[in-house]
Amino acid sequence: MKKLASFLAVFIFAAILIGCGTTETGTITLATTTSTEDSGLLDYILPVFTAETSWDIRVISVGTGAALQLGRDGEADVLLVHARTEEDRFVAEGYAEWRYDVMYNDFVIVGPANGPIAHNADVEQTFRDILEQNLPFVSRGDNSGTHIRELQIWESMGIDPVGNAAYIEVGQGMGATLGMAIEMEAFTLSDRATWLARPDVGNLVIICEGSELLLNPYGVMIVSTTEHPAGAQAFIDWIRSPSAQELISTFGIAEFGQPLFFPDA
Amino acid sequence: MFEMLDTEILGIIALTLRMTLLSSAISSVIGIPLGLWLDSAKFPGKKLVVTISRTLMASPPVVVGLVVYLLLMRNGPLGFMRLLFTFEAMVIAQVLLLIPIICGIVYTASQRNSERIQTFAITMGANKRQTQILLIKELGNEIFFAVITGFGRAMSEVGAIMIVGGNIRHHTRAMTTTITLLRNRGEINQAIFLGIILMIIAFGVQIIADFLRKRERRTDENY
Repeated sequence: MKKLASFLAVFIFAAILIGCGTTETGTITLATTTSTEDSGLLDYILPVFTAETSWDIRVISVGTGAALQLGRDGEADVLLVHARTEEDRFVAEGYAEWRYDVMYNDFVIVGPANGPIAHNADVEQTFRDILEQNLPFVSRGDNSGTHIRELQIWESMGIDPVGNAAYIEVGQGMGATLGMAIEMEAFTLSDRATWLARPDVGNLVIICEGSELLLNPYGVMIVSTTEHPAGAQAFIDWIRSPSAQELISTFGIAEFGQPLFFPDA
Repeated sequence: MFEMLDTEILGIIALTLRMTLLSSAISSVIGIPLGLWLDSAKFPGKKLVVTISRTLMASPPVVVGLVVYLLLMRNGPLGFMRLLFTFEAMVIAQVLLLIPIICGIVYTASQRNSERIQTFAITMGANKRQTQILLIKELGNEIFFAVITGFGRAMSEVGAIMIVGGNIRHHTRAMTTTITLLRNRGEINQAIFLGIILMIIAFGVQIIADFLRKRERRTDENY
């Protein structure tokens, strides 16, 4: 019993010490999209941020819609998201003072190799073919940046795919959605980073790429209600600095033979 | 608040109940006899089997989900059945999750009481079969508790069915996976609403369970 008590005491003491440690050096919370986390970008760049600025950073990776909501609720200090129209609204509503460019990549439509649709650069035609031929399409369905883009494309075509039996809404992150598309040999819209970072893509290949409609810019914002304005500012300054931008541009080259994100701060 | 209760949500609730009832029924049919047998059987390595089954009682749903996923995936051993991301896959995962729980509770209850009951039965001159029946009758409450626990676990579980069901709208979207999705979307109010409905259903199940148990006791007294 005595042993147990002393063990507990040490345990609690250690927990308190660890707890104090993080608050003293300062921790900011970044709400971001699943694509930056699932692709491995954050693991690649954030340790450098912490080393250079001594700010610790806590990452919550959810869809863009949820990330913005975390910002509205004051649960995050900085946001790194990709849905330009939603970001502009966030600023207009006064939740952030400014939105800054950070980087971009592009979306790709992936689908089964040797399937009914050949490689092309016409997004609208590809979407129309998928729907008209009742080919399985896995939609994020989670109000994320990728999902919002997908819906914008359907909307611009005047088509509502919801209700089509082959149109599957899964409501999960990019990694999980891509995994399901691979398993089902279905089509899906993915950001290129998550696609390239996927170790095994089964029978899927890129079906459609290179269209203006598929450009995917990422922005950063400081949430107005942040309790750590210094840390948040440090993050924005750092990620837009030449050295961090250089770091972003090298991410993925060693592993995938090409960069996954292109800096544009 | 009840305008949130649209046909889609009602469909999700119906699917959840269908899934939960089916998986707890199947696991009961397998788990209850298994628990009783485990107590009465004598074989070398029994202690190890009991320890393993106790460990499985606490198996994390995501791990069970992952195992079922690997079995059912296209290149997996059962991939030819094309069951991944279906209702059936969710039931399979839940059954695997529930069997150790139901079996474990029944085993523990039987272990605690079987000696007393058997001694009583033998004194009364019962044969082996009659003893078995008496045992099940006497353990009624505990077995009932095991089934209700399994049902509750199946209803509240999210990790396994998310992985093997895929949370596909209108097909494999259950209440817990919908709550996760609503949170991911940032629609907290709806998530809470659905959470409350889930709690109400759980409460209702408990009330029904209590009612049945009381009635059972009353019929017992008539003997």
